[in-house]
Amino acid sequence: MSGGLTFLDRPNSYIGRSVPRPNARRLLEGRGTFVDDVAVPRLAHVAFLRSPVAHARIAALHTAAASAMPGVLAVVDGPALARVCAPWVGVLGHFKGLRSAPQHALAVDRVTWVGEPFCAVVARSRPEAEDALAAIRADLEPLPAVVDMETALDPGTPPIHPELGDNLAFERRLEVGDVEGAFRDAALVVEETFGFGRHTGVCLEPRAILADWNAADGLLTVHHSFQAPHMMQDILAKHLALPEGAVRVICRDVGGSFGIKVHIYPDEMATCALALMLRRPVKFVADRLESFTSDIHARDHRVTARMAFSAEGDILALDMDDLTGIGPYSVYPRTSAVEANQVVNLTGGPYRHGAYRARARVVLQNKAPTCQYRAVGHPIATMVAEGLLDLGAARLGLDPAAIRLRNVIPDDAYPCAGVSGIRLEKLSHQAALAKLLAMMDYDALRAEQAALRREGVHRGIGLSVFIEITNPSAAFYGVGGARISAQDGCTIRLDPQGGVVAAISVTEQGQGTEAVIAQVVATATGVPLGMVRVVSGDTQATPYGGGTWASRGAGIGGEAAWQAGKALRANVTAVAAAILQARAETLDIREGAIVDAATGVERMSLAELGRIAYFRPDTLPAGVQPEFVVTRHYVPKDYPFAFTNGVQASSVEVDVETGFVRLLGHWCVEDCGTVLNPLLVDEQIRGGIVQGLGGALFEHCLYDSEGQLLNGSMADYLVPMAGEMPDIAVAHVVSATASSEIGAKGAGEAGTAGAPAAVVNAINDALRPLGARVSRQPVTPETILEALGAI
Amino acid sequence: MEREHAVAFTLNGERVACRPAARTHLGDLLRAEFGLTGVHLGCEHGVCGACTILVDGRATRSCLMLAVQANGTVVETIEGLTERGAVADLQDAFHVRNALQCGYCTPGMLVTAAELLAEEAAPGREAIRAAIGGNYCRCTGYHAIVDAIAAVAEGRAAREGGGA
Repeated sequence: MSGGLTFLDRPNSYIGRSVPRPNARRLLEGRGTFVDDVAVPRLAHVAFLRSPVAHARIAALHTAAASAMPGVLAVVDGPALARVCAPWVGVLGHFKGLRSAPQHALAVDRVTWVGEPFCAVVARSRPEAEDALAAIRADLEPLPAVVDMETALDPGTPPIHPELGDNLAFERRLEVGDVEGAFRDAALVVEETFGFGRHTGVCLEPRAILADWNAADGLLTVHHSFQAPHMMQDILAKHLALPEGAVRVICRDVGGSFGIKVHIYPDEMATCALALMLRRPVKFVADRLESFTSDIHARDHRVTARMAFSAEGDILALDMDDLTGIGPYSVYPRTSAVEANQVVNLTGGPYRHGAYRARARVVLQNKAPTCQYRAVGHPIATMVAEGLLDLGAARLGLDPAAIRLRNVIPDDAYPCAGVSGIRLEKLSHQAALAKLLAMMDYDALRAEQAALRREGVHRGIGLSVFIEITNPSAAFYGVGGARISAQDGCTIRLDPQGGVVAAISVTEQGQGTEAVIAQVVATATGVPLGMVRVVSGDTQATPYGGGTWASRGAGIGGEAAWQAGKALRANVTAVAAAILQARAETLDIREGAIVDAATGVERMSLAELGRIAYFRPDTLPAGVQPEFVVTRHYVPKDYPFAFTNGVQASSVEVDVETGFVRLLGHWCVEDCGTVLNPLLVDEQIRGGIVQGLGGALFEHCLYDSEGQLLNGSMADYLVPMAGEMPDIAVAHVVSATASSEIGAKGAGEAGTAGAPAAVVNAINDALRPLGARVSRQPVTPETILEALGAI
Repeated sequence: MEREHAVAFTLNGERVACRPAARTHLGDLLRAEFGLTGVHLGCEHGVCGACTILVDGRATRSCLMLAVQANGTVVETIEGLTERGAVADLQDAFHVRNALQCGYCTPGMLVTAAELLAEEAAPGREAIRAAIGGNYCRCTGYHAIVDAIAAVAEGRAAREGGGA
């Protein structure tokens, strides 16, 4: 690093400081710009007719009455829309054998889940569009619905897509080491079947898109509540047969995403196609029922697994079988096989056993499609290993903390490979566990638990060690043929007054992307943080990149910003050196001024340099051409993913009369490498934990045996609210990645990855003396009372 | 054609009049007619709390109130509360404590917090959690929001104590 300084040593380093987000003020004053806030002339509104049944043939659609309704501009069915928008198939080349069927923006022949759109009404207002929907008569001929994933592969179950022959979309098997031998020779084998209910993201801002086709300009401008604008641009161009340059995607404020807003949705593609067809702007904003029936769902896994132990408590082998239902189509373009694949990659990943067998089967069913939602696969993988580990510890008479400390891959063993073959650069399980146990005062909690038990109070403590996939390289999607950028870029421009504008291709959905990019840019360039303006979320205004997902914003976008900032500093310093007749290496930029690097004495302000460079370049020495715009890109190359690790603990009290669980405390120690902004990362981890607790205790997309969604409102689908949630203590261990100079890894999945296992283990710890245990999420009061035999 | 009704009320300190359709809810009216896009619609079932505003000084779900019911009332949204500085200390505390991420819940959360602190000068963490228990936030873990509201309560108490 230049001058022998690391970024932490730089005199004006903002890295690692708890800086409030510069862009948060507009949100606090209600002055953000979400898609539904964008005003354009001649805006039309679309509402979609959605399937009321899980599977049916569309025999006829009678739309004449709807077309004649007040305010209606167009009624468009699947075949008409298909003439403008080409269908897609959600498969990837590196998922060998993954199959799906062509999916249309509006269903053409059949509807395949409750909520699938199959006709659109465009009107001058949304109420008028909805009024007209009610006037459409659809003749739907019922088809057999495949609802239960457990029977989806039975020979008697009809295939949802006859051309596929059966309902198996994908299968993966992995076997490492002598699994049979390990189980044969084990002192103890424990087995459990774990259930993971379907849940969904419940972003507070529903999915929203506004597509504006300006035929005269040849430009489709799309305002989108979305995480990956360049991916959307590429896909819109491909499926609407437009040149890439004719599509501009803008993602301003996004009201929560969590992976929900990174997929291709039929209704959103249809909205863009309708804008082309009608040659005017068209807006779609999902209402809450539409969100529940058409946002991607996630999880819905059943895992049967067993773990072999030595008498001393060493894990010898892990064997697991995962079955997951993904709905009628694999979602485009990331596919719906990734969660199961990650369960195979991650299960048991923190531990040093050498034998592992896994099978994952991904089946089609007539429910809402599932795809990647925050912490894809992680909470499942973590629950399986951590649940089995607690079962083993109890049978062997070992403390749950002790058995984890005994089995984790030691901190001095890295770099190494995990049992599934994942490459691990540097993890810190031992340090994280030690820090967590001290932070929560584990021994005192155990003593309190024992004392209260004698009074009939049933408390439990649960631990959860996890690993997390972050900073994905092209290995995630690109190698499989998906046109999803793995690299990101940052362009920084020095303006005449000495401020900079940084355009970055990673995106902001509230996690603080723009804030950490500003911190990195300020540190790298020497410009005060208050004079850094960050631009993101616009395909015409930023370098090309992947956006924000899979915990890549800080680690990948941050490194691109760092490299761009360093390069700009070098360019600026060189011009200053020419003016000041000094050697460039004797100068630095600090707090907006060119200074003598050794003494810190100001030689010239950036504003003065900007004045000369932009307005009086005639006074510059001959041959000096200022280049005050710099772009740099970054993609991780050393490792396919930057794995991180962490450990969580949960303390609960179970009311054995009612089955209610009270969350008393929650702790997390995680290692995301360099912490760019503790204030932001800590609350992001807390938010992730709360999402994990929601999935573990409350959230469940309930379907009946006909494939009808039973809880399509926020009154019926329970999400974690402030009253039920505990205070959450967060701390860090720092193992920076050597793959980049800033050393940051991701942190977005960590909370959700580990929280379910921690709380479910805590509940089982409370129930253990009563001879009961739970293994099916969400763990509702009813589940607990059933386990206790009370109902 | 839908029936419209004449409605007049005080909105962020201004007297306004309009003719909403009978079925229009107040949240839609405030956004569409008056451009008050700080009113965020999250569920339109009265559950999520994002659209919370003040009506006659009470925290109210604007999605659960018909526009015509606003007739004769005093309505304040985040825009108006911001302009008159009524929630300035809460906004500062939310900012400093990072008690928001995507910001979609934030206007409703601030209105609810303002009502709480107007009624109870020194709420404990449990009372704060109970008070914001009807405002859904998917991004934060609520912890920072509780911290921020608690800090404002302490700050107001200190200021009042010092001024007495």
